[in-house]
Amino acid sequence: MTTPSRLPDPYGSGGGANLADILERVLDKGVVIAGDIRINLLDIELITIKLRLIVASVDKAKEMGIDWWEDDPALSSRARHNELARENAELRAHVAELEGARPQEEAS
Amino acid sequence: MTGLRYVYAVCRPFGTPLQAELTGVAGAPPKQLSHHGLVAVVSEVPAEDFAEEPLRAHLEDLEWLTATARAHQSVIDALTVVTTPLPLRLGTVFQDDSSVRVMMEAREEAFRRTLDRLDGRVEWGVKVYAETEQTEPERSPGKAASGRDYLRQRRQRNRSHEEMWENSERFAGRLHHTLAEYAEDSRLHAPQNPALSRASGRNVLNAAYLVPRSDSEEFVEKVDRTKDELSGVRVELTGPWAAYSFSGIDGEADA
Repeated sequence: MTTPSRLPDPYGSGGGANLADILERVLDKGVVIAGDIRINLLDIELITIKLRLIVASVDKAKEMGIDWWEDDPALSSRARHNELARENAELRAHVAELEGARPQEEAS
Repeated sequence: MTGLRYVYAVCRPFGTPLQAELTGVAGAPPKQLSHHGLVAVVSEVPAEDFAEEPLRAHLEDLEWLTATARAHQSVIDALTVVTTPLPLRLGTVFQDDSSVRVMMEAREEAFRRTLDRLDGRVEWGVKVYAETEQTEPERSPGKAASGRDYLRQRRQRNRSHEEMWENSERFAGRLHHTLAEYAEDSRLHAPQNPALSRASGRNVLNAAYLVPRSDSEEFVEKVDRTKDELSGVRVELTGPWAAYSFSGIDGEADA
């Protein structure tokens, strides 16, 4: 039988706690029990959810104009694609320049 | 009844009724379901939101998930005031009362052992952040008397920055050592992603401590005392939480 003794005032565990703190506990910790319609979520699914949440926050960040990762090839496949396209164009230009230069050399 | 049963926690019987105004994840009041000397705290949830498929879809929705997680936590919070709950994970749903009873019966022994271990204890969360902003305003480069002077100033700034990192990590290590010695048990969690926590600074410690209720006041004072120890470092305390981080049962990973 538990008789609660005096507890210090809550520090942000209720309404004031940040979302990350609450999700960290409610999604990640606590007892896992498979319900009979099997809804208690497994770790792998929780990880997916969290990744998606972070993406959701990222979208919000973009709305506010923070988008540096868009141009970082390590973080964005689009940027990686752009990077390749840019490199390709540069190489083509270079090749064209060299090919353009050669006949002149031969002529001289 | 057509609804499903959402289970928040398993507890020992507690005399006090739950607050009348308390509402659970779908707005329904939680009730106690007794079985073999244990109590499951459950509420009815609509199948159109909580059956497997709709729930999975809802979990991708940050606003829905936030509201649901907060509601789940508020029930656990209310329980923590009157007893020591064994919190279940978000999304533990059963068809009806009798299938909740079947589950309780199957896990009775493990529940009792874990409840004994956690009885009268709460979890406190302690986080340490190293502030990334410069503690003193940067001097404008124009003030440097020469190029060499500018580089010297830059080097100094970098060095003090590095020292700040090292100091804050040392501080976090010391703090964890002290608190872990005082607490009955502790867990180190992964640093929080700033995209989700919206906290400033770099999270260098994210730990949970299992502390008897009776020692909680002293624990809080211990944490409070460290708050001004080092500039450029922020200490955050959250709790008391139900012992989420220590509620693993049957050798199942509980960290």
